[in-house]
Amino acid sequence: MNKKLFFPLVIALLTLLLILRLFYLQIIQHSHYKKLASKNSRVKEYIAPDRGYIFDRNDTLLVTNQPVYDIMVVPKKIKNLDTLTFCQLLKIDKQTFIKKIKKAKVYSRRLASVFQSHLTIDELAQIQELMFQYKGFYIQRRSLRKYKYETAANVLGYIREVTPGVLAKNSYYRSGDLIGVSGVEKSYENILRGVRGERYAVKNNYGQSSEETVDTINNINAVAGKDISLTIDLTLQRYGELLMKGKRGAIVAIEPKTGELLALVTAPSYAPSLSVNKINRKAFNALFRDTIQQPMLDRGLQAMYPPGSPFKAVTGLIALQNKVITPSTFVHCYHGFHYGKHAFMACHCGTNGSPVYLDKAVYRSCNTYFSNAYRKVTEHFETSKEGLDSWSEQVKKFGFGKFLGVDLPVGSKGFIPDGSFYNHYYSKYKWYPMATLSNAIGQGEVLTTPIQLANMTAAIANKGYYYTPHVVKKIEGKAIANIKFTTKHLVGIDGEYFKPIISGMYDVYAKKGTGRFARIPGIKICGKTGTSENYIRTDGKRIKLPDHSIFIAFAPKDNPKIALAVFVENAGFGSTYAAPIASLMVEKYLRGTISRTDLEWRMLNDKQLAKMYKSIIALKE
Amino acid sequence: MIGRGAKFKYTNLDWISVLLFLALVFLGWLSLYAVTSANTVQDYFDLDTLHGKQLIRILLGFVLVLIILFSDAVIYKKYAIVFYAISLLLLLGLFVLGNKINGEISWYRFLGFSMQPSEFAKFATALAFSNILSGKQFDAESIEDWVKVFIILFIPVFLILLLGDEGSALVFLFMIFAFYRAGLPWFFILGPIVLLLLFMTTLYLSPLKTSLIVFLIALYSIYKVDKRRKYLERTTLIVVLAVAAIGFSFSSHYIFNNALKHHQQDRINILLGKLDDNRGAGYNLHQSEIAFGVGGFSGSGFLKGTQTAGSFIPEQKTDYIFTVVGEEFGFGGTFTVIMLFLLLFMRILYLAERQKNDFTRYYGYAVVAVIFSHFFINIAMIIGLAPTIGIPLPFFSYGGSALWGFTILIFIFLKLDANSVNEW
Repeated sequence: MNKKLFFPLVIALLTLLLILRLFYLQIIQHSHYKKLASKNSRVKEYIAPDRGYIFDRNDTLLVTNQPVYDIMVVPKKIKNLDTLTFCQLLKIDKQTFIKKIKKAKVYSRRLASVFQSHLTIDELAQIQELMFQYKGFYIQRRSLRKYKYETAANVLGYIREVTPGVLAKNSYYRSGDLIGVSGVEKSYENILRGVRGERYAVKNNYGQSSEETVDTINNINAVAGKDISLTIDLTLQRYGELLMKGKRGAIVAIEPKTGELLALVTAPSYAPSLSVNKINRKAFNALFRDTIQQPMLDRGLQAMYPPGSPFKAVTGLIALQNKVITPSTFVHCYHGFHYGKHAFMACHCGTNGSPVYLDKAVYRSCNTYFSNAYRKVTEHFETSKEGLDSWSEQVKKFGFGKFLGVDLPVGSKGFIPDGSFYNHYYSKYKWYPMATLSNAIGQGEVLTTPIQLANMTAAIANKGYYYTPHVVKKIEGKAIANIKFTTKHLVGIDGEYFKPIISGMYDVYAKKGTGRFARIPGIKICGKTGTSENYIRTDGKRIKLPDHSIFIAFAPKDNPKIALAVFVENAGFGSTYAAPIASLMVEKYLRGTISRTDLEWRMLNDKQLAKMYKSIIALKE
Repeated sequence: MIGRGAKFKYTNLDWISVLLFLALVFLGWLSLYAVTSANTVQDYFDLDTLHGKQLIRILLGFVLVLIILFSDAVIYKKYAIVFYAISLLLLLGLFVLGNKINGEISWYRFLGFSMQPSEFAKFATALAFSNILSGKQFDAESIEDWVKVFIILFIPVFLILLLGDEGSALVFLFMIFAFYRAGLPWFFILGPIVLLLLFMTTLYLSPLKTSLIVFLIALYSIYKVDKRRKYLERTTLIVVLAVAAIGFSFSSHYIFNNALKHHQQDRINILLGKLDDNRGAGYNLHQSEIAFGVGGFSGSGFLKGTQTAGSFIPEQKTDYIFTVVGEEFGFGGTFTVIMLFLLLFMRILYLAERQKNDFTRYYGYAVVAVIFSHFFINIAMIIGLAPTIGIPLPFFSYGGSALWGFTILIFIFLKLDANSVNEW
């Protein structure tokens, strides 16, 4: 081989090899490596969308967002820091400064951590301009909820940073995201939260990102969450809360024609702004530990009570529908009902043997009448089980014994016993429906929640149907179209049978009924009082506590606009607390003003119940 | 003969080579600037930065250039053996005074400066063997004379291997191309290449498959042998070579497993695609290939590379400096730089062939061999054509000794060339 050409040839060939390889890498495989490089160096950053606002049914703004500013620090980037002036600017002393820097360094030298949180707007204005001088520190904006009114905490709910548990289950969320954990914030989370935006920033080998956005094509703008309007009437809700102040219990008010919840009051409750108050975080956390007052319990949805006398309406309606009684059926009541050798149910209707027809039985709350009706409904079957099953099934049509399907994340089923329950209960003994007679008057094994009772009242007001109660009326200004809330549920009672019941309920106020002291001049209101027995167990003894005061009502009689159930724990007869509260609520909603200021004053300034609760707590301890 | 005592005339200097040299140095420095400006753009002449320090080294290099150009050309031939001896002493001194960096003892470090004597040993060795090869008494047919030349070459190679710098040792072996020009039989060049090919093929395929290939080549060769001339000898030689090759093939795995260190095995496995470890041993190469790949045809633009900005490539300022060109100037950039190198090589070889005296010619070959081996091995390594061997890219990689070493190499040649022109 030519000795002159050999080396140049080798060089040329090997160089060609390099060029071919570079051509392959840079031209042919370009798009492949481009992807790899963007994986490498582009960090996806997320832009939190603005959470949707919450309005009441009349478009009054209840919940908005407020920006909160934190000072962040990246310890590694601190350079030539004039500690003294920096401390003066932030109004902290040197010890605090050293402590905070130390804490940040323990977390990470390269990553940002919060140096000082929750700057006020004034502080921000002062600091922001000077911040550029302090390398390694910057201001970060966050968004928190802002509550215009301290009301309806149980309906609104609150938001928190997502927990690791949620992160593991739901791939949408990233660490640091906010998520609704109760109320509509939870049940309408997907609508309120919006869609997170994405931007791409340059990242270096240490995972730090720079401010500049490199890739604008692939950026996704954040889509703000949708606003929702509640069915809640702010005025009514706040008035209900005012009336329930110092009491324990619940008010559930429904618009019968639509199933919309006008008010959902639980007492005691808390101020919703407690959930965003960083300084008072302890106070918020303490709410969860208060097992005596249970402010986080939504009594309207969750608390189960024996419904008491209001339940008699259902007993009566079922008896009519089963044609075991007619409106002309009457009983003679002599202070009670004998149904066995030693079995006697006392009655305080005070009719003294005069004939009691159904309407009178309702307004005088005659135990004898409804015991008789219950007996007739349950006893004409071959077995006791069949009788109870038939009754149970008809009761459940009113929305009892199951979740109603309210669009809030909490609830209770309540309890409606059926045949198999008693088969199990009396496992070794033969039993007769009469053994379950207490069910007729809403005692015994029956348990309901206030919202179920309110829903029953709405069904009576509608003469035979209800819509599933719900708290959201509009999403982004458009009426909700959820089939769940627009489907009529029939309760299985023909319209004609409601007449005597409604007439009886009207007489509760109008005639010498149990609610006569809570009449509203000019408004035809129908109602029913109730008391619910309750017990506690201490030291193995069953102690009877003062009855819960219950009242259900709807008004106006001929064109019902509101149906409600009021529970006041341990407040005695229904007529003492629950009935006046219910009538005040009705008046407030229908008229906007209260004519009976003395009654209102009595309810607002009550001291008796507070004492009562104290003595019960003493009893428990 | 080299013109004695002739004054330096700038018209005699080969300005094409000088311009190519300056262009490469400038592009190298620009690449370095891109690395140091990865996160925040730096001042071009900030002497606290790496590129600032490199600028000082470049300027010092120019001082060396002037010294060489205005020196007496005769000393390089006359004192070749002295230069060689000094460089060997410097290498030996490392065993006593050297600083250990990354398992290599290649550095002297004093008063904040560091020096790598192996870089200076390159031109000294080149001068030394060029001197012998061009000697009147040198006989290309004499094995004894060749042994002398090989000893001159292998003493520094041996020392450098002992110091743990395999890359530099490899570079010295490339100088055999100069020997070939002087009449070394071809199989000294072909032999190692064949062995290397056999070794890699065996590791890639298997001893059995490789042997089969060798067998088929041997059969074809025997078939092609001219039956009228020395048929038996030639056939026998082919059979012996084939058997030796097959024997070597079967011992390749043994050599691989026992003679190579673990990290060397990893590097070869990554190259052959047998080890996929983009986060561990293969991380550097993977990131480097991404940098080239993302560059595409025209690159991301100066200072706009995300791989560079993100400091994703370790050792980017030294061994992986070419990734900057690849990422920010794309294939256009890499092609241009490679062409500049190629032109420089060809120009020097052309000048070497033009020489009337052999000393300058062989030295010119050695200069190209050294710079080309750095150029080829470095780029081949960072684009995944060769296993990872740590040697710098001439004029580009950060560091003084290498830059000065290459500068001296080239300008001694240009000085010798300029002087020979004088002789006309």
